[in-house]
Amino acid sequence: MTKQHRYLPTTEQDRREMLDTIGVSSIKDLFKDIPESTRATKDKAIALEDPLSEQALVRQMKELAGQNVTTDSHAYFLGAGVYDHYAPSIVNHVILRSEFMTAYTPYQPEASQGELQALFEFQTMMCELTGMDVANSSLYDGFTSLGEACNLAVSATKKQEILYSKALHPQAKEVIGTYAYGMEYSVNEIGLNGTRTDMEALKAGISDETAAVIIQYPNFFGTVEDLKEINALMEASKGLLIVMSNPLSLGVLESPGKLGADIVVGDTQPFGLPMSFGGPHCGYFAVKKKYMRKIPSRIVGQTVDADGQRGFVMTLQTREQHIRREKATSNMSSNQALFALATSVFLAALGKVGVQEMAAQNISHAHYLKNQLKQKGLTVLSEDDFFNEFVVQLDRPVAEITEQLLEEGIVAGLDVSEELGWTNAMLLCATEKRTKEEMDKLVSLLTGEDK
Amino acid sequence: MTTYNSLLFEISKPGRKGYSLPETEVDQTAVADILPAHLVREEPAELPELSELQIMRHYTGLSNKNFGIETGFYPLGSCTMKYNPKINEDIARYSGFAHIHPLQPEQTAQGAFELMHRLEENLKEVTGMDAISLQPAAGAQGEWAGLLIFKAYHQANGEGDKRRKILVPDSAHGTNPASAVVAGYDVVEIKSNEHGRVGIEALKAAVGPDTAGLMLTNPNTLGLFEVDIVEIAEIVHEAGGLLYYDGANANAILGKSTPGEMGFDVVHLNLHKSFSTPHGGGGPGSGPIGVKDYLKAFLPSPRIEKTAEGFTVSRDHPQAIGRVKGYFGNFGVNVRAYSYIRSMGAEGLQQVSEDAVLHANYLKARLAPYYDTPYQDHCKHEFVLSGMRQKKQGVRTLDIAKRLLDYGFYAPTVYFPLIVEECLMIEPTETEAKEELDAFADAMIEIAKDAENDPEIVTGAPYTKAVRRLDEVTAARKPVVTFQRNSAELKR
Repeated sequence: MTKQHRYLPTTEQDRREMLDTIGVSSIKDLFKDIPESTRATKDKAIALEDPLSEQALVRQMKELAGQNVTTDSHAYFLGAGVYDHYAPSIVNHVILRSEFMTAYTPYQPEASQGELQALFEFQTMMCELTGMDVANSSLYDGFTSLGEACNLAVSATKKQEILYSKALHPQAKEVIGTYAYGMEYSVNEIGLNGTRTDMEALKAGISDETAAVIIQYPNFFGTVEDLKEINALMEASKGLLIVMSNPLSLGVLESPGKLGADIVVGDTQPFGLPMSFGGPHCGYFAVKKKYMRKIPSRIVGQTVDADGQRGFVMTLQTREQHIRREKATSNMSSNQALFALATSVFLAALGKVGVQEMAAQNISHAHYLKNQLKQKGLTVLSEDDFFNEFVVQLDRPVAEITEQLLEEGIVAGLDVSEELGWTNAMLLCATEKRTKEEMDKLVSLLTGEDK
Repeated sequence: MTTYNSLLFEISKPGRKGYSLPETEVDQTAVADILPAHLVREEPAELPELSELQIMRHYTGLSNKNFGIETGFYPLGSCTMKYNPKINEDIARYSGFAHIHPLQPEQTAQGAFELMHRLEENLKEVTGMDAISLQPAAGAQGEWAGLLIFKAYHQANGEGDKRRKILVPDSAHGTNPASAVVAGYDVVEIKSNEHGRVGIEALKAAVGPDTAGLMLTNPNTLGLFEVDIVEIAEIVHEAGGLLYYDGANANAILGKSTPGEMGFDVVHLNLHKSFSTPHGGGGPGSGPIGVKDYLKAFLPSPRIEKTAEGFTVSRDHPQAIGRVKGYFGNFGVNVRAYSYIRSMGAEGLQQVSEDAVLHANYLKARLAPYYDTPYQDHCKHEFVLSGMRQKKQGVRTLDIAKRLLDYGFYAPTVYFPLIVEECLMIEPTETEAKEELDAFADAMIEIAKDAENDPEIVTGAPYTKAVRRLDEVTAARKPVVTFQRNSAELKR
């Protein structure tokens, strides 16, 4: 190829000079080690479309992006684990700084102090919110964090059964099922009482074999589970209480740490991360001090340099696979550092007061919507102790209403009829971004006032 | 500009804020009205209080103490620190990619599904595989998913209880054995031969009816192509095992060969390595996996399917290993990788590998007179040096790494792979200009000379960074992993 690509600086003359230094006559000599039978040839070449100029690329990608309904065109009442929230502009500006974005894992701490400090601050803020002692510097997402928590619990308790509430996110259940398939322990579901965990069933389910109980707080249906009561049920058990929590709700809810959680995990997507069709987001993982040396992935610690000046390093790495290869308890290597940074910028911007204010607005909006729907005669299946999501029963199939709302510029809530065993049940979410006008419009469409 | 040294919590002052939320237009509902008192937060989380400019200065101050690819040459072996095209950042931020919900109705996200489908098709070509899942979030998760596919395959054949061992060469990435362990397998290490390749005799001795499979990186972490790959594949397959391709080093073979041609059954690619998406300081990445036809049924669920009516999400896969991550994987990363592939084309990707390999061999040739080169064969996209000569002069590989920082470079991967003493693993990538490679070689040569004549200058490095050498031992022994509000004893 004689055409010079914009990402490739090496010229024909450079190639000539380098080949001379190496002492070979052509680039082919450097690929002779690939066995001939496996080499790409003219008839076995990989087939891709011709390369695009930047302009043509932009045109094609805009065309693809343009096919999708977005938060610019529609008001989203869909939550269920991924939320349309306010993100201060500075979040994006900070993560675009190439010193952060184009770095890798801080293997040389002296040249990576900026990121290490930002992650240390992230860990501190996640501990503040969750009420835990130690947090790592992030994992892939909330569900994989939960899977890692299950592995930790099984390894720490030497017990083989994980109990989870049916009010756990369905995809979280799937992910822990896969983790259990890997490490070969069992996972069992505790049923529901309305939209919350059935306490009697949980009490009956806890046994000598229980490694952990998983509770989502607020749960998948938006209801705030009573962690204190659950913790009390577990008093005689050696199993751990794992709480998966929307961290925004912790602005106003009592921290899981204070209510007895051993491990708190979740996803920081509500803190300034774009929904991005479900990823990349950012899992967090926080534990009581007792489990500090069992935490998966990377932790940043404070230390001093040769002059006694404060600095930061990755620490407690004996847990990591590269030291004790076959004895690893987790294979987590990379994390979501850039989005841990984004989370930190968000939390710095919102701060002590803003996180409370935003959480409170979520409650006000969701409860306003619930009240309006109730007043207009719809059945609300959730009791009043919910955060920013609740379940309403509609008079028609959810799919039908979803279609109709789309036409009106609204993305409806999720159909949870199957999960709850009720007909026409929709999980609605109203974040701080939903305006009164949007909510009133939704109410009139759902209650048929517009007909 | 590198003297900034305050934590968010130290510059915070009550009353400041860096956000603006509109006034609520609806009646307010207080949390105390809907929850029992013990579930209402008693003490607010102690988060910092700062204005916007303060926050921007804070993070600008921190970024000035951080080194990225755009700061300078980043020869971190097996990490493929190539240029991350800026246009891909713009594209990933288009509203139609960034502000869409994974559970919104399928017909409202057809553009997203189409992109995923096209990327899957492209990755099939690049890997020589028959089906792809974009779900794994990173290489290690791809490995784990791939090994669970091994497990499901052997179970489906009634051999699940019997085949409990995964073979891993001693040169493998550390995640390989760890992934095998969390997939429920026992690990058997295969010794490399004197040429830095999988020893055929050692492999033959290790395979058997208990073998579930072999994990292999090709080229391996020494930067050497496994020249016996065809025979290796035969040996493993004949024993009833499967072959896993760790794609961390795929940057060396794009358009030159495929794991499929080499005989691999399952492969992962690191889109944040070979396909240019930014590493972000350690993530997010993306680690799609590809499989041959006979393993398709076991791929993670759900999958994207193309039908006459458009794309749809299919969930009915009874033999699937399950879900490994939420939603559809790291979609935003996949958008960037697809943009990269479309910018390069097949010939461009082949040029990528040719230049990456050329650059590595060039650097190796320039450095060979000054450092020990444990393996003499031409390398692929990376190579290893040993710092044994310098160690005898009182300079360890760690010192060389720290000294490189003073020259304005990041350091290579050091002390890995474990089978090379005082190892330096160098991967220059194709996006570095010859002038940059020469500057790096000159610095390495100067350091080698200093090691011989004036070792203290090397062992005392770095001198020009925000901090001097850090005490990692104390950090691990007495961990301080959150800001200690009431302890001022540590010097700022």
